[in-house]
Parts: sequence; C-alpha cells; structure tokens
Amino acid sequence: MASFGRYIRLALGAWAFVLLVAISMPAAAQQVNPTASSVKEQQLLQELNRIQGRVSIPDQRSGVLEQPAGRDWREFRNVTLRWVGGIAILGMLALLVVFYLSRGMVRLQSGRSGRTVERFSAFERFVHWMTATCFIILAVSGLNITFGRPLLLPLIGFEAFSEWSQWAKYAHNYLSFPFTIGVVLIFLMWIGGNIPNKMDIQWIKRGGGIVGHDHPPAYRFNAGQKAIYWIVVIGGGLVAATGYELMFPFYLSGIEGMQLAQIVHSIVAVLFIAVMFAHIYIGTIGMEGAFEAMGSGTVDVNWAREHHSLWLEEQSARTGPNGTQPQPATAAE
Amino acid sequence: MARMKFLCDADRCIECNACVTACKNEHEVPWGINRRRVVTINDGKPGERSISMACMHCTDAPCQAVCPVNCFYTTADGVVLHSKDLCIGCGYCFYACPFGAPQYPKVGNFGSRGKMDKCTFCAGGPEADGSKEEYEKYGANRLAEGKLPLCAEMCSTKSLLAGDGEIIAQIYKERVTKRGYGSGAWGWKTAYRETIGS
Repeated sequence: MASFGRYIRLALGAWAFVLLVAISMPAAAQQVNPTASSVKEQQLLQELNRIQGRVSIPDQRSGVLEQPAGRDWREFRNVTLRWVGGIAILGMLALLVVFYLSRGMVRLQSGRSGRTVERFSAFERFVHWMTATCFIILAVSGLNITFGRPLLLPLIGFEAFSEWSQWAKYAHNYLSFPFTIGVVLIFLMWIGGNIPNKMDIQWIKRGGGIVGHDHPPAYRFNAGQKAIYWIVVIGGGLVAATGYELMFPFYLSGIEGMQLAQIVHSIVAVLFIAVMFAHIYIGTIGMEGAFEAMGSGTVDVNWAREHHSLWLEEQSARTGPNGTQPQPATAAE
Repeated sequence: MARMKFLCDADRCIECNACVTACKNEHEVPWGINRRRVVTINDGKPGERSISMACMHCTDAPCQAVCPVNCFYTTADGVVLHSKDLCIGCGYCFYACPFGAPQYPKVGNFGSRGKMDKCTFCAGGPEADGSKEEYEKYGANRLAEGKLPLCAEMCSTKSLLAGDGEIIAQIYKERVTKRGYGSGAWGWKTAYRETIGS
C-alpha cells in the first residue's frame, strides 16, 4: 500500500509540474512585448483604408475611428470640380455666343402663316415651367456651394454670405421635391415622343438644321430634343437620387457613400447646367417661333412645317385641316 | 506659440470612457452629440486596443478647406475652431473629416442638421474668451484660463495626452523607450503628416 501511495504522489507531482509549465509559457511570451499581437494603425489602414471598431455610446456610426478618404474627396471638391464645372459652363456660354454671332437666330424661312397649332397643353407647360423654375434656383444655390466661397464671399463678406447660403441651402433642399416630381412627370408625359428611331439618324446626318439652313423631317421631337429629354430624365434622376442620399445621411450609406454621392451629384449637375444653357438658347434667341411653344402653347403652322414636318402631318391627319387655329387662338380652343 | 495636439497612447487606454463623460459635462454637450468617443478595435480578441478620438486639430485641416462658407479658423495655438454663426449645417466638413469629428444636433432631418458642433480643444469659439455666449455655443474655454483640455487632464491612466505637440511627443517617446513597446500615435500620420517612432 505504501508503494501505491508513493506512485500516486509522483503522478500528481508530475501532472502539477506539466500544468505549471503549460500555464507559465504563454504568460512569459506575453511579457516580452504586449504589442506584438496588437492591432496596428498602418496595417489596418492599408487593408481597408478605414479603421472601424466598437463604441459603447449609442451612436454606433461613430465606431469608424479613421478614414483618410476624405482627403481625395477634398481634392475633388476644391480642385477637380471647380475646373470641370468652370470649363463646362463657361465653355458652353462661349460656344453659344460664338454660335449666335456667326449663325444668328434661325429664322422662319417661309414667314408666319398666321395660323397656329397646339404644341404643348397647359398641363405640359405647367410641368415644364415648374421644373425649370426649380432647376434655376437649384442650379444657382448649388453653384454657390462650389463657387461661392472664392467668388461671392470676398465681395459681400462673411455674415451676408452665410445668411444667403443658409437660405440657398433651404431652397436647394426643399425645391428638390417639386423638381423631382417635375422630372418624373416629364419622363411619363413625353416618353412616347422620345424613343429614338431612324428619323433621328437622318436628322443628325443633316445637321438638324442648326448647322446650315436645312430642315430635316422630324416627328413631335427631333433628335436634339430627344437628347435634351434623356439628359433631363437620366441626369435629373441621378441628381435627385444622389441628392436625397446626401439629404438623409446614413439612411442609405456611410461617409464613403456620401462622398461618392456628392461627386456624382456635382459632376452631373454642372454638366446639366451647361446643357440647359444650350436648351435655353435654342428656345429663346436661337430660333424664331420656338419660345411660343412653351409660352402660349401654340406654334405657327409654318414653324411646325419647317421643324416638325412629320408631327404636323400627324396632327393634321388626326384633327383634319381645321385643326389649326387662325391667330389669335379662339377661346373655344 | 505652442502647436496643440492630442495623442492617445493605445497601450494605456482602458476604455473607461471618462474622457467622453468629462467632455460632455464640462461643455454641457447636448444629448446625441459626442465630441469625443472611445473606439475599441478587435474587441474581445487578443491584441484589442482602445483609442480615444475627437477632432485632431489637423495641420491644413480638411474641414476648413472644404467649408463652403469658410467658417473655420486656426488659432495661433494650432487649434481648429469654427463659427456657429456662419455655419450653414451643410455637412461638407463631415464628408471631409478623417476622424468623424463634426457632429450635428439633428442628423437626417431633411438636411437641416443644425449648426455643426465639434471638439474645441477646450478653447471655445470666436466670441470673447469666457463669455456667456461663448459658453452656450462652444462650451468652456479652458485654454484661455491656462488649463489644458479636461479629457486629457483627468485621464486615469494618462493614456490621452493633450498639449504642445513637441512636449507630448517627447513624453510618449520616453514611455516607449522605458517600457520597450508602443503601437504608435494613432491618427498622427493622417492629421499631422508625421509619426512618432515606436
């Protein structure tokens, strides 16, 4: 029995020794350098370009510790965007001035007939002008965010500029709603006439009558107007979507998504503004008889024949030769 | 003049959040706004580290560069401050900031975020030092009283250091030499384009 007791003691002692060694080994290793296994800032940044962890405060979004991507966004906002926007808008204005001086207003070659045909209904004109008014205010208040600080602030001073910018921001945010509704309505009410077809190829080949004095046939909308339509629908859709992403922060994405949204929003917006200058030009001083389409809603029959011959044929076929109205349009119309 | 900086020694931070509480109390920061927070990386795993973070008062601050109304200014001490009278709450500083420092009272409310709020390095704002208006808008101005930011002053492990950049860098370097390790000054490369050798 005594020898068995010794055997037990020996076995226990051996186990205790093994256990001790096992416990002390990792402890000894940790005392050398506790940072050996710790997270490293540069390594984390290289992996994801951001460092994220856990916070115990309710705002879980503040768990993002560091994201240096803002530096690239800053470069875009302060340098790239100003160049792109400046060149696009001033370039378009210069182009239009040169074009107007060399080409002048596109005249009605056959003069006015005195008879008119309805081109845009009251509802269509209302939607157009609602969208247009919102667009101008959105454009001015948006350009203010990008170009106001270097151009306007030195002229009117800090207080006045902040006051104006504050109101501009409210206008920008709230008028986005009627603008978006307008874009959706434009999309729906004019989609029928804006599907590209083979007439457009011919229209473009013949320079659309803008370059030269040709009058290629066109249905209700020619290729140029179709281009404007799709720019408004796609561009307007993009600025609206990215704008709402910025207006409701964190609903759709984090900071990096908002940086991207601002890039898309601003680039599309400055190009949109440049294109709209061309649209405004051709609808006012660029072409005789064009403005009244969106003004009174009726155009001269000769204007329709020169610029939208196929559309006029369609209208005449539908309403008969009496579909046109002698000027001034009667109240019954 | 000193160049004020923050330095968080991640090997000392125990995530007690006392800096967060001290900041909120000292400046009576409204509910929902945190000028300072403690982020724990690899929480519960070997090698986890906690870092106390607020505005780092960057050199060539991105917020200042992108602000559409130019409401930021850098003091002679290198502290980045802003005017809430000029701020229009557009959120641009928030997109540009690498440290998530700018805070808004009403995030997500139709874009009317309210005036931006952030860490002032306990240095108030453009109003007269120690005035009632300054306190209401920006909190206490401890720097004007010759005191350093409260978060660092009362840090229980002296993990968070605030003060002249050269002095706190020296303190950190001595620590690293003495104990033989250090995971570096978090955020310094992004904020000041410099690091402290560890």
